[in-house]
Amino acid sequence: MTTLDNTTVTPVVIGAPRGGPDAPTLRQDRWWIQPLVTVTVLTVFVVYSTWAVFVNKDYYVGIAMHRDLISPFYSPCIAGSCVAGAKGTAIVANWWRITPALIVIGGPLGFRLTCYYYRRAYYRGFWQSPPNCAVADGHRRYTGESRFPLILQNVHRYFFLIGVFFNVILTIDAVMAFRMPGEGGIGVSVGTLVLCVNAILLWLYSVSCHAARHLCGGHVRTFSTHPVRYRLWKLLTPLNGRHMQFAWASLIFVALTDLYVRLVASGTITDPKLF
Amino acid sequence: MTDAMPEPTPAGAWTATTTGAEVAALDDAGAGPRTFEPGPAEEEEPTVTLRVWRGDPSGGDLVDYTLPSEEGEVVLDVVHRIQATLAPDLACRWNCKAGKCGSCSSEINGKPSLMCMTRVDELPEGPITVTPMRTFPILRDLVTDVSFNYEVARRVPAFAPPPAAPGDYRMQQVDVERGQEFRKCIECFMCQDVCHVIRDHEDNKRQYAGPRFFIRYAELEMHPLDTNDRRELLRQRMGLGLCNITKCCTEVCPEHIKITDNAIIPLKERVVDASYDPVAWLGRKILRRHKRSPEEAAAHPR
Repeated sequence: MTTLDNTTVTPVVIGAPRGGPDAPTLRQDRWWIQPLVTVTVLTVFVVYSTWAVFVNKDYYVGIAMHRDLISPFYSPCIAGSCVAGAKGTAIVANWWRITPALIVIGGPLGFRLTCYYYRRAYYRGFWQSPPNCAVADGHRRYTGESRFPLILQNVHRYFFLIGVFFNVILTIDAVMAFRMPGEGGIGVSVGTLVLCVNAILLWLYSVSCHAARHLCGGHVRTFSTHPVRYRLWKLLTPLNGRHMQFAWASLIFVALTDLYVRLVASGTITDPKLF
Repeated sequence: MTDAMPEPTPAGAWTATTTGAEVAALDDAGAGPRTFEPGPAEEEEPTVTLRVWRGDPSGGDLVDYTLPSEEGEVVLDVVHRIQATLAPDLACRWNCKAGKCGSCSSEINGKPSLMCMTRVDELPEGPITVTPMRTFPILRDLVTDVSFNYEVARRVPAFAPPPAAPGDYRMQQVDVERGQEFRKCIECFMCQDVCHVIRDHEDNKRQYAGPRFFIRYAELEMHPLDTNDRRELLRQRMGLGLCNITKCCTEVCPEHIKITDNAIIPLKERVVDASYDPVAWLGRKILRRHKRSPEEAAAHPR
């Protein structure tokens, strides 16, 4: 039964005098630090990841160095131009001539762009809408996420599924990093641990996502008739409370993982074998 | 505004140094901020200065009131001492002094806060600015007209259980618990006040319910016995899409209700289910699932 037809527009007087000084904000604390930090970290990440995507080299540490480490920006490497050894999948896009990272980057980027936490962060930081609580919005008109293009934020759940797909790939990469090709057998190097931590953080970020919480059980009206969904929902809810921390940790670590692989692949550092 | 000034008191006591006539003259001349300061004291005492917005719909200004500070005071205590000594006509709304009635909402140093729950010694040094809630029309001094919220409340479609005899309704504990968080709301309306959708863009008030009522909608949508479907209403008339989830409502909530995570985002996801998700739409068509009417729910209880 819809309730749309029997509701009238809220009668309000627009433009009635308001109290308080007519100032953008009366806050005396350093409210600008939070958006400034957001803008700084996200800008650094965007600049670094753009460079890493287009540099198109040093993204794989292979048999020559007795390792099997691939940058998360380039995995799965399914383009014909991928370096030997990095092609770990059956699907090879031979027609793809430019950097293979461009095939990969869209899914995780879309997941983070439409993420409920990042939306809060960049609406505050970049779009100044608002810069912080009780600080005047930087725009005269405002339609929120009710119109194009921001209405497209509603596709977040699909990007969540795409993100899970990439998590599976990166988990396989982390498992493969235990191989020490050329030396024989398996082992653990710093690179192995870096790829493992990266995969764990990405999983934590994904399963703590609000869309995951909704899809696994949040959408049901009665938990009592859906006990499995309820258990899942109850499991994810505390993780969801730390979604912001997982978002930042996984974002920063994915860049650090790429940097580590890049430094090892270029010969700047060696990847120490622990055991 | 300050006709009833306190009588002169002996040295060392506290009183206003500006008479009502002088204040009026200062106002007329457009002079600087009005100030009430302590009289001559024998020894230096710690003081607290409240910079309170005084005015009505015709206009107003910040007025400084300086009083001896007292240990453990909250801002509302100081406002009451100002009313008792320096400005008996200072208007402010209050009731319980325990953070449970939601009456004394105001903006302290620019942040929406309950005056009765904000300790003076936890605020930074210097004058404490106390202003009325910015989002609502001013009535007088710290009192605003919050009737917008009551108009929105009237438009929330009521709880609609399936037809059954009283005493025949059954709910499981786990389903009842889900909405309990939302029932903690004390209707202080600070979440409505801080929400930039209506704070900075007043024209949205006609088509935006606001965080306080989104938690009401969420409570009803998650109620095990409710049969109404409010998702289209939320999307088309109540402006759920206007919320850009910047979480200020959650930050100011004195009851620590996770408004954004537990109410607004779940509602947004439910609206996606109903209106934006093609797979969900296809699933409903194939499986012939739709929201049940009260009659259907009564005929086939789950």
